Order: sequence, then C-alpha cells, then structure tokens
Amino acid sequence: MKAQVIVRLKEGVLDPQGEAVSHALNGMGYDTVGAVRQGKLIELELSDTDAQTAQNKVKEMCEKLLANTVIESYTVEILT
Amino acid sequence: MKAGVLVFPGSNCDRDLADAFKKAGAQVEMIWHKETALPSGLDVIGVPGGFSFGDYLRCGAIAANSPICRSLVKFAKDGGYVLGICNGFQILTETGLLPGALMQNAGIKFLGKTVTLSVTTTDSAFTCKYRPQQEIDIPIAHHEGNYTVAAEELHALRQEDRIAFTYRDNPNGAIDNIAGVLSQNRRILGMMPHPERAIDDLMGPPDGKPFFAGLVTQFVSA
Repeated sequence: MKAQVIVRLKEGVLDPQGEAVSHALNGMGYDTVGAVRQGKLIELELSDTDAQTAQNKVKEMCEKLLANTVIESYTVEILT
Repeated sequence: MKAGVLVFPGSNCDRDLADAFKKAGAQVEMIWHKETALPSGLDVIGVPGGFSFGDYLRCGAIAANSPICRSLVKFAKDGGYVLGICNGFQILTETGLLPGALMQNAGIKFLGKTVTLSVTTTDSAFTCKYRPQQEIDIPIAHHEGNYTVAAEELHALRQEDRIAFTYRDNPNGAIDNIAGVLSQNRRILGMMPHPERAIDDLMGPPDGKPFFAGLVTQFVSA
C-alpha cells in the first residue's frame, strides 16, 4: 500500500517562501491571490498489509523524522 | 583536553573546527557518522557546519537520526560538553538537545558575511573569556538560521540566562535576535555564527579565539 504525508508549517509560523510566491502571483496579474502557504508532499510505498498498522507506523515516522513538530504539522493518508 | 568532531556526508566546516580546537591546545579525533560508539576520553564533541545529507528533508534532520547521534545524545545527557555550529546547531535542535528550530531566513536568501554579535551571557565554558555584552565580529553562512522557539521555552531561556549570543543587526529574522543558546546544564551550545572561522588574524578580527580558549581552559584547570 501507499501512504501520503503532507507536512505544513504550523499556523502562525512565518512562511517567507509562501509570501514570495504570493507576491510573484500578484505581480503576474493574479490579483485575487491572498496568502500562500507552501508545504511538502511525501509519498511512501509500504509492504504493510494492514491499513491501521501502516497508519500508526507512518505517524511514528512523522514524529521521529518526517516532520519537525516544533514548527510543522502533518497529516497521514493511507492509500490502498 | 580531547575533542571529537563529528563528520557527516556534506559537512564542510569539520576541518576548520578541528583546527580551532587544536590551535587552542586540544587533541582532536574526527568521528564518522556511521560509527556507533564514541572514542574514549572525550571532553567535548563538536558538531560542525555544512550541509549534512544535502540538507534533504530538513536541515540536520537526517544527521540527527544517524547512528553516531544516538551516542552524542547519550554523551550530552551524561553531562558531556557539546558544541554545534551552524548545521551543527540545526542538528542539535533536531535531536531535541536544544529547544526550538531553525527556519529559513526571513529574507529567503543565503547569507554569507561577518556580523556583530553581543555576548549575552559569560556564564558558560564557551563564553567565559569574553566580557559581558562584549561585541564581537563573527562570520555567518546560512540559509536556515531563523531561530524560533515556543513562548514558554523562550521565557525559560531568558529566565535561566541561556541566550549565549544575540545579533546586533538581526540578519535572518531570528526571534529576540538570538544567535546561540545554551542547554539547561550550560554544557551544550548551539549557534549559527562560525567562531572557528575567526581564529586567525589573516582572516579578520580573531574574535573566535577566546571562545575556544575558554572551552579548553575548563579542562586544564579541572
């Protein structure tokens, strides 16, 4: 099965890259664009067969490595 | 005094750091990241600057989970002295040995220049040879040096006099102008600026010399 992890900067944490993207889009004439937040999409291929086990393992991976929970939040989705 | 310097793929300040320790009178051993045990008799471990593992995922995240870092964390928890500079500071926050995190510079640009720091506390082995509030010129070279820390931890850093260095003119957006912080036992220091690049008159003011001299002195008198 596959897991999809999305890592985002926590709300309230300044995202200078997102701001730069927003400015660039506004400059290109997309004047309806407000705030932009940039994050990361991580896809994992897993040999697990049980979705709940996989969910728990990937959550642990997020806590240990994939996200820095001081500044980032994450969501895990198991795709079967 | 015996210092160990960790070496990761992508470290690029490891030899400069070793040189700075040696010039201050220490013996130095380089330690490859795949080692699981530390050499015996180490007094200090230096975690050098650079781009460990290409800064993949997040700066310092992969290095913080490498085999040698498990020994590093144990060494630190047993009261050992640890110095993390630049990428080393990022690694120390990723291991949880120091609070907070280093985010991308507020200006989104890599910064490579000499900045003026204020020595915020002299109550540590690393800063004892400076005068309180002394201004020193030390180079920075980073893209992720924007220090951030939760409000209650920031409060603790201030209350416990654990902010080691602050920037005079904040270059990267770091909270409270923080350039370097100490652990609760004052034996672990993480900082973004590079004192090991300021130990030779040929390279500008040698304001990093007292830093290493102070550290080595701890072990001579002990």
